[in-house]
Amino acid sequence: MIRIEHVTHAYGDRVVVDDVSLDLREHRIGLIGANGSGKSTLARMVNGLIVPDTGRVLVDGLDTRDHVKEIRRRVGFVFPDADTQIIMPTVAEDVRIGLRDSGLSRDEIEARVDEALARHGLLEHRDHPAHLLSSGQKQMLALASVLVTEPQILVCDEPTTLLDLRNVRIITETLRTLPQQVILLTHHLDTLSGFDRVLVMDAGKIVFDGAPEDAVAYYVALMEQRP
Amino acid sequence: MNTVGLYVPGTSLPYRIPAGVKLLALLGTVTVLVVLADPWVSLGAVLAVVLLYILWGLAAHLWHAFRPVLLFLVAIAVFHAVFTDVHTAVRVCSQLTAVILLAGLVTRTTPVSAMLDLFTRLARPLQHVGVRPERVGLVLALTIRCIPMVAEAWRASREAYVARGLRGGAHRMVVPVIVNLIRSAEALGLALSARGLD
Repeated sequence: MIRIEHVTHAYGDRVVVDDVSLDLREHRIGLIGANGSGKSTLARMVNGLIVPDTGRVLVDGLDTRDHVKEIRRRVGFVFPDADTQIIMPTVAEDVRIGLRDSGLSRDEIEARVDEALARHGLLEHRDHPAHLLSSGQKQMLALASVLVTEPQILVCDEPTTLLDLRNVRIITETLRTLPQQVILLTHHLDTLSGFDRVLVMDAGKIVFDGAPEDAVAYYVALMEQRP
Repeated sequence: MNTVGLYVPGTSLPYRIPAGVKLLALLGTVTVLVVLADPWVSLGAVLAVVLLYILWGLAAHLWHAFRPVLLFLVAIAVFHAVFTDVHTAVRVCSQLTAVILLAGLVTRTTPVSAMLDLFTRLARPLQHVGVRPERVGLVLALTIRCIPMVAEAWRASREAYVARGLRGGAHRMVVPVIVNLIRSAEALGLALSARGLD
């Protein structure tokens, strides 16, 4: 369970998250908003990548300010550009490095790596250079590399932004079937269909919180008001 | 084939030899060839390495391993033929060819992870002076990973430059490429943190 308590964060004079309080318990949660609305900053706080200026973020009762290692074991994070998320030169190596400190034996690690690659359709690319994969495959690799560590929560920051329609569908379907709690930030509003809860963020505040259809309608209306 | 993805998956004998043993064999070969400094020994070594490529089913990769240094070798051969003698030209070029082909064989039969594990193990004594061996491996891996990233940053800047109807002046690409790389490095650092690897 994620609890966000009176969180505020600013870059210089610009307040990007403004006194946000939330309890996030649902299995599938969407977060939408215009560029610069503060949603990426808020999402990064859940993984402890950004510590709020004021207020606190708790994951299963653990404050991200004090328990960052434990938080990062519990919360996986997927970035918009998979290219900058892939650390190792080859596909299997990138998945394997997440298990470096897992305490598993070499054979167990290899089995977990193969299982993760198979689940994400990458087993045949096991020993290929990661940078030669297609954009969709790179994003699947980014997902596999995060999910192999079995986090309880997955935060995805616009994982489909750089993808074509087919790959958007593949990633969306993958996210739908995950047992983890998923927090998805997206501009592809149709991917939120079937979600339990969708939040709309604007100017650092949560301005709507409800069912996907209502949230999307609110967001579209909000954007239409903008010059 | 590319500069980073040289490893060719396989299960034959060279794949089962530990990375450390292969690197020692490479080092030993270089030492012997340099110490003996005999063109016939060097030519024999070239022949032996070529046979290993064929024997281990990697004959198709022989040209890929040799092609990048061909012009370089021709230049060295011409230089020695003109300024020293043909004997030296043959010796130096055959020494280099044998070593380059053997290094190519090691690279093609050793996964990057095995090589990084080796360097991490080799760095273990350094932990007494505060160096974390796993960091050494990670830094090497990131260095290898960044080669295509730099190439991509250059390609993207070049395309943007040409798309705006600009020509020549490759030096003008330096600033956007560096800016692009700094941005990528920041994102990579963030990803390392997010995955608990920092």
